Amino acid sequence: MNEMESILVVNNLQTSFGTEAGEVRAVDGVSFTVPKGKTIGIVGESGSGKSITSLSILRLLASNGKTKGGEVLFKGKDLLKLSEKAMREIRGNQISMIFQEPMTSLNPVYTVGQQISETIKIHKKLGNKEAMSQSVEMLKLVGIPSPEKRVKQYPHELSGGMRQRVMIAMALACDPEILIADEPTTALDVTIQAQILELIKDLQNRLGMSVIMITHDLGVVAETCDYVAVMYAGQVVEYSDVRTLFKNPKHPYTLGLLNSLPRHDVDQEKLIPIKGMVPSPHEMPVGCRFAPRCPVATELCHKKQPDLLSTGGDNSEQIRCWMYSEEWDGESEVTLYGEKRTVKG
Amino acid sequence: MSTVQTEKNPSTMKKSNPRSEAFKTFMKRLLKNKAAVVGGIVILFIILVGIFGPFLVKTDPNAQNILNKLQPPSKEHWFGTDNFGRDIFSRIVNGTKLTLTVGFLSVFIGGIIGVVLGIVSGYYGGAIDTITMRLMDILLAFPGILLALAIVSVLGGSLVNVIIAVGIFSVPAFARIVRGSTLQVKKLEYIDAVRALGASDIRIIFKHILPNIMSPIIVQATMRIATAILTASGLAFLGLGAQPPDPEWGAMLSDGRTYMHNAGHMVLIPGMMIVVVVLAFNIFGDGLRDALDPKMKQ
Amino acid sequence: MTKYIIRRLLQTIPVLLGVSILVFSLMFLIPGDPAQVMAGEGASEQTVENLREKLGLNDPAYVQYGRFLGNALQGDLGNSVRSGRPVMDEIQARFWITVEVAVYATILAVFIGLIAGIISAVRHYTLTDVSIMIIALFGLSMPNFWLGLLLIQWFALGNLPFGWDLPEILKMRPSGWGDSWRQIILPVITLGTGGAAIIARMTRSSMLEVIGQDYIRTARAKGVSERIVIYRHALKNALIPVVTVIGLEFGGFLGGAVLTETIFAINGMGRLTIDAIRQRDFPVVQGTVLVISLLFVIVNLLVDISYKFLNKRIDLN
Repeated sequence: MNEMESILVVNNLQTSFGTEAGEVRAVDGVSFTVPKGKTIGIVGESGSGKSITSLSILRLLASNGKTKGGEVLFKGKDLLKLSEKAMREIRGNQISMIFQEPMTSLNPVYTVGQQISETIKIHKKLGNKEAMSQSVEMLKLVGIPSPEKRVKQYPHELSGGMRQRVMIAMALACDPEILIADEPTTALDVTIQAQILELIKDLQNRLGMSVIMITHDLGVVAETCDYVAVMYAGQVVEYSDVRTLFKNPKHPYTLGLLNSLPRHDVDQEKLIPIKGMVPSPHEMPVGCRFAPRCPVATELCHKKQPDLLSTGGDNSEQIRCWMYSEEWDGESEVTLYGEKRTVKG
Repeated sequence: MSTVQTEKNPSTMKKSNPRSEAFKTFMKRLLKNKAAVVGGIVILFIILVGIFGPFLVKTDPNAQNILNKLQPPSKEHWFGTDNFGRDIFSRIVNGTKLTLTVGFLSVFIGGIIGVVLGIVSGYYGGAIDTITMRLMDILLAFPGILLALAIVSVLGGSLVNVIIAVGIFSVPAFARIVRGSTLQVKKLEYIDAVRALGASDIRIIFKHILPNIMSPIIVQATMRIATAILTASGLAFLGLGAQPPDPEWGAMLSDGRTYMHNAGHMVLIPGMMIVVVVLAFNIFGDGLRDALDPKMKQ
Repeated sequence: MTKYIIRRLLQTIPVLLGVSILVFSLMFLIPGDPAQVMAGEGASEQTVENLREKLGLNDPAYVQYGRFLGNALQGDLGNSVRSGRPVMDEIQARFWITVEVAVYATILAVFIGLIAGIISAVRHYTLTDVSIMIIALFGLSMPNFWLGLLLIQWFALGNLPFGWDLPEILKMRPSGWGDSWRQIILPVITLGTGGAAIIARMTRSSMLEVIGQDYIRTARAKGVSERIVIYRHALKNALIPVVTVIGLEFGGFLGGAVLTETIFAINGMGRLTIDAIRQRDFPVVQGTVLVISLLFVIVNLLVDISYKFLNKRIDLN
């Protein structure tokens, strides 16, 4: 990855929320890199902090959320340090975002055309007419039939899949360099899901943008991503390119995730769920956050938090697990979800 | 918003009784709301004054002293005297009971009727529901104080009639809210499960529906007491409530009108008392609602 | 939409019938003999009998109701027991005054309530928000007759607290309606304050709810400025539920007229009602209550229809 140009670098990002029960650190030291023109997946269960990470990048957190540290370098500029006005010029223009709920993400009292052209008017400083005709072009681009008619319609007149297409049209109206897609297909029917993913991929190839794909679905990752960051309890636990991740997953959590899914590429005797539940943000374990659920956790794991370590020469693979460090105090051969593997030690 | 909520959802599984657990979090939230705590304390204080005040304040609320009439507040008469030279402080203290009785009793009556109508309507649906809700529409067609006024005007002005009138006036609000909540609870799967186990309608209503819709009922009752006190004092002000010489606050205010230019305290003080009590119930009701229904608050 | 309007109109009919039955039966709720009560305790048996005959109280109840409804539909609400004049004439002379007061109060309540509610929502959890909400709570908790008396005391009688002097420009008239703005302001404030408080609270919570919606986040993600997020994306959505409250408040003001008109000696329907109650002139009481309720039902009907119209786009299902 060193040889590739990166467009966005997230470094040690920390995001907290003020709640009734006190401050909650939802994102704790997340780092990853988005290479230009590629797709990076951020995958994790709900509560892992993946959506908060994406909202932190664009500084769209709810009023009780706040980034407490780290940096988000977009072409070398730290987004966290920009003024609100400068940030607005980036949102929807250079970095766009689409959301999980197409049903509620469009404003019900404005037409589709009004909503798409608003973005164009703000960032391209165009008049009403030009913005509207560009909106029609955008609808055409995302494959909506009879776009001249559709621009005049209100969101409630469109189906869920159509609305997500409208969201994509709106997000891409200003030719952004990065598209953040936060679970873009979760709320849609299975057949529509594939169409939307296909559309995103197709547009990415045509427009040459980078995509950050937030998802809990490893199937989506396999289909769309070049790189993957696996998140657990507010931290990245494993980062690698997508082939390595599926062929040779290293972190016990990643392994667990893969094993709890039916797969076609390897023989599985049976599906093995990960035991236990994601820890509550109020009661984070002191050691490795996955230790309470990890089948091979040792005393070290429960006591001390592992760092995100590079395995291999460059940064292309990173892992947060004691098993792969010099300090590992367990067996040198462990059995994980029915799979034997040799680790450092 | 939805993502944020799922992200911070602390899905801890406590093994204790869910209902007492819910009550604990409710109390915690309520006590955290300073305004609600103040409102609650004021209500408690007013109730204590209503019960014990008359024994502690020795001055007869109806003792006249024409030579000492229309006196402004002083050391002997904290709230001054009225046009008959009666001690306003003593009248206020003795009138507290009247105000609270009207507020609580009328809401109690209206609440019971409204809750029964609402549950029956929501639970059984069909024709019963349609008829009951049309009846409620009819009662709601009389705006504001007008319904209570019409009832009292024919029954005649007295404290009991005011309680009846304000009680009837409170019925539709309860019936509508309870019906809505009942419909929601009825949809829950466990109600079907209980019915499948052979529970009778009465049992389902009392054991399973009523406990689940208590929160909106309690919030509504608190708010309704505020409205009831305002309405009753309005009726008394019009001379249709408690009859002289009863120290009803609205009636005292009405008496003060004539002397407004030279004894403003006769109007100011009873009015302020009404504001304090009504405000306390409203604030407490707001706090209850926020604590019981956290999604209303951010 | 047309279907909805027709259905809503049809629903109104049983309500109006119910209202008429209820108003009619007021006569039967009177403890004792209504003719005796109306005629007064000292009246001779002959007088009472004449009155009973005149009001048709000897007929069976359903005959009486049929006559009551039939006459009412033709605009005849009977005659006043006291003045002998048709109730309809008495009401006609006063109807517009009450409506005028209520309309002015509604305008005031909507104007103040909306502005205060929006400011509160935009600056939620700041000192401004807290202050506005405290004032609103007071407005909600104040008996309006008390507020009216205080306003008269201060701005008409000139007895401001702390011995302050009342500037000439603020001097108002304590009674009557219509001749000058000095007569209009105090009753309108008296009547409108509670409504303004309710609308402010409603607007605030509606705004806050809308600000938490997904489409507001979408607007922000587009790079829209915070001002436009609030005033273009949030406000339009937030105002829709507030419309229903405005209708209810207008109705409340019609009912509240009973107190306001008494305090400010305004010769409207409210005062007519109270005077009739005091004189035990029940045909007049029935007439005013019926007319005010009818007006309220019509206003609510219009509000419901406009709400449905505004909400058409939002109805997701």
